[in-house]
Amino acid sequence: MIGIGKSFLGVRVLGEVDLVAAAGEVHAVVGENGAGKSTLMKILAGVHPPDEGTIEIDGRGVSFGHPLDAQRAGVAIIHQEFNLLPERSVAENVFLGREPVRRGLVDRPAMDAATARLLGELGEDSFGPRDPVRHLSVAQQQVVEIVKALSLDARIVVMDEPTAALAEHEVDLLHRLVRRLQGRGIAVLYISHRLREVFDLADRVTVLKDGRLVTSAATGELTPDGLVRLMVGRDLGSYFPPRATSAGETRLRVTGGGNDRLRDIDLELRAGEILGLAGLQGSGRSALAKALFGAEPFTRGRMTPVRPRTVREGIAAGIGLVTEDRKAEGLALRQSVRDNALLVARASGRGRRDGVRELLERVRLVPPRQDREVRYLSGGNQQKVVLAKWLTVAPRVLLFDEPTRGVDVGAKAAIHDLMRELAGEGAAVMMISSELPELIGMSDRIVVLREGRISGTLPAGPSEEAVMRLAAGEVAA
Amino acid sequence: MTPDALPARRSRRFAAVAGPTRVVFLALAGVILIGWALVAADGGQFLTLENVVGVQQRSAALGIVAVGQTLAILAGSLDLSVAYLISLTSLVAAETMAGQDSGIVAAIAAVAGVSVLVGLVNGLVITKLRVHAFIATLGVGLIIKGIVDHLYDGPAGRVPETFQHLGYDRIGPVPVSALLWAAVALTAWFLLSRTRYGYRVYAVGGDVEVARLSGVRTDRVVIVTHVLCSLCAGIAGLLLAARLGAGAPTVGTDGGYDLESIAAVVLGGTALAGGRGGVAGTVGGVLLLAVLDSVFNQLEVNSFFKDVVRGVVIVVAVAVYARRTGLLRGRRA
Repeated sequence: MIGIGKSFLGVRVLGEVDLVAAAGEVHAVVGENGAGKSTLMKILAGVHPPDEGTIEIDGRGVSFGHPLDAQRAGVAIIHQEFNLLPERSVAENVFLGREPVRRGLVDRPAMDAATARLLGELGEDSFGPRDPVRHLSVAQQQVVEIVKALSLDARIVVMDEPTAALAEHEVDLLHRLVRRLQGRGIAVLYISHRLREVFDLADRVTVLKDGRLVTSAATGELTPDGLVRLMVGRDLGSYFPPRATSAGETRLRVTGGGNDRLRDIDLELRAGEILGLAGLQGSGRSALAKALFGAEPFTRGRMTPVRPRTVREGIAAGIGLVTEDRKAEGLALRQSVRDNALLVARASGRGRRDGVRELLERVRLVPPRQDREVRYLSGGNQQKVVLAKWLTVAPRVLLFDEPTRGVDVGAKAAIHDLMRELAGEGAAVMMISSELPELIGMSDRIVVLREGRISGTLPAGPSEEAVMRLAAGEVAA
Repeated sequence: MTPDALPARRSRRFAAVAGPTRVVFLALAGVILIGWALVAADGGQFLTLENVVGVQQRSAALGIVAVGQTLAILAGSLDLSVAYLISLTSLVAAETMAGQDSGIVAAIAAVAGVSVLVGLVNGLVITKLRVHAFIATLGVGLIIKGIVDHLYDGPAGRVPETFQHLGYDRIGPVPVSALLWAAVALTAWFLLSRTRYGYRVYAVGGDVEVARLSGVRTDRVVIVTHVLCSLCAGIAGLLLAARLGAGAPTVGTDGGYDLESIAAVVLGGTALAGGRGGVAGTVGGVLLLAVLDSVFNQLEVNSFFKDVVRGVVIVVAVAVYARRTGLLRGRRA
């Protein structure tokens, strides 16, 4: 891709970007949200036509008017939000849009067989071609996407933040799959915010900033700190804000809490403290946050000051929850920033309705405009709006479920600072994160969950191994 | 990755896929049993030949429209213009035939032409002008109504004897109209389950963006679907013209074919949002409504009460399906 440029509604989002990927290369594309990575990839996949520049595949110039053209040219893209139909089977999804036909009719046996063969090649045997996608886990759905790319005989596979929704052990599986693609001579373009995996996986790194190319270099020539500097254009210094010096009074206490997903939960959240909650996917981390908040309440045990039975009671008790899935659970995407920021205040009849502007500045929304529809904001800015929503009611306890998932480095630091600031002002903060370095860097205390129970509590700054041992149990130590 | 999903997978898949269709046919069997018992208690006979034929005949026109409506709804669209189109095509058919056998072929061709045209307009307005299907088809329906009301103020045209066989003849216990319905339903089932077009209907209804990014020409699918849906309405128009012996400007709206066809589709377990369901459920839904009607007629129940029961049945059925899918979803944490 040479000299690619693109404008949306007169706003130039991409200019003079070059990208060269070789066969059998894993090529990481990094940059903050809004740097133009996704737009560049969508141009490559034929979703948007470029305004300027040319694309060549195997030395031949191509131009795509429709995603189908790109598919035919051997480009497959695995979007951050999966492009799968939950109601249809694995095979039907894999061959969507190009079902094999025999005598004019869809050849279902051939479709199933081809899918089964590709699943076998990837060493995937936990599901079959006829299973409905609805029953698959996120990691399994990703395998379906990869099979789809393989069935296209793709020469270029674009993966847009493939690990954003995966737990640690699933990430390893994915990396193995990427290596297999590489081994087949496929060029993999890999978009990620996780620097560690960029260095683990990629042969080359291309850095974008504000729609322009910063650099493209072999991974060996870069250091993590150097890469961050290139991405944000400044030194971030230490990743995490300093910890609290001392914890204050207890804001919330649970003894013997339980429901159908949790058992024997004893937990204390204290003012000024950030409590980290670790655990594997499915260990009950989100369930615990939702129980404290009243969304999926505890059915057993004591909780002080109150045990909320509904979300309204939770909010009344001064508890706020920043949910894991901000698009589905945190925001009304088609409403304005202002309406979203006031969601809680209006619903609960509490808190202030003026001063939204100050609040948006406080959460460092850039630009702090109130009238834009939230769906047009970047992931980081959306998360800031979710935060603003809770700040209107000045909660005493704030629960964060994966607050920085899919958020770029700059916004991530801003959210970290803000969390620490809130704790400093006397809020009790609990944070869930699948990214262990983040969890360890932020937390004053870490509680580890396993199968719905607390398997241990660790003081500030434990090793990743210590956390993993508690999370996985003896087996995977 | 989800160890708990494996052993139960087979049974859950069965429950999910066969679920609504099975439920509607079970309900159908239940209603027949209850109806039979009630009518017998009332001193009547329920499963008479006359009655069985009546149910089939009553359901044929609605059934044909509902098959078309199933396609539209599966593709994530819907069609409110069918009732008006039925009136229009009944008039087109009767006027073209004008009582002559020689006009039959021309009449069928004219009806097909009108239907395709209306379907094209519906599809193009929805896809190219980006008007929501609800408004687009309502608007097209009103346009048709305006034209029909301007040109006609009562029944018009005449259908020859030969063509009236379509409306009244039967082979054994099976009316010709029911065979026509079966043929339409089988064709649609075949299209949906065996052809690329069918797969794409499910894809577009499931998620337009996913379909588009997979290389499906989504606009084309929606347009073809609306043409097929309108064709089904045209066939129903022909059938009703054969029954009446003439065309009538209000035959479609009087029969409530627009909302009733949608109700039958949803009753049959097809998701109103599209992407899930099928023709088999719709056939069950139509029969269920017809059997209910028949029971009420035999018991000579007040027609207002009839509507109340139909309303309750539709709402309860959809609530049951929602609960089942909800349970399945809930297992994925």
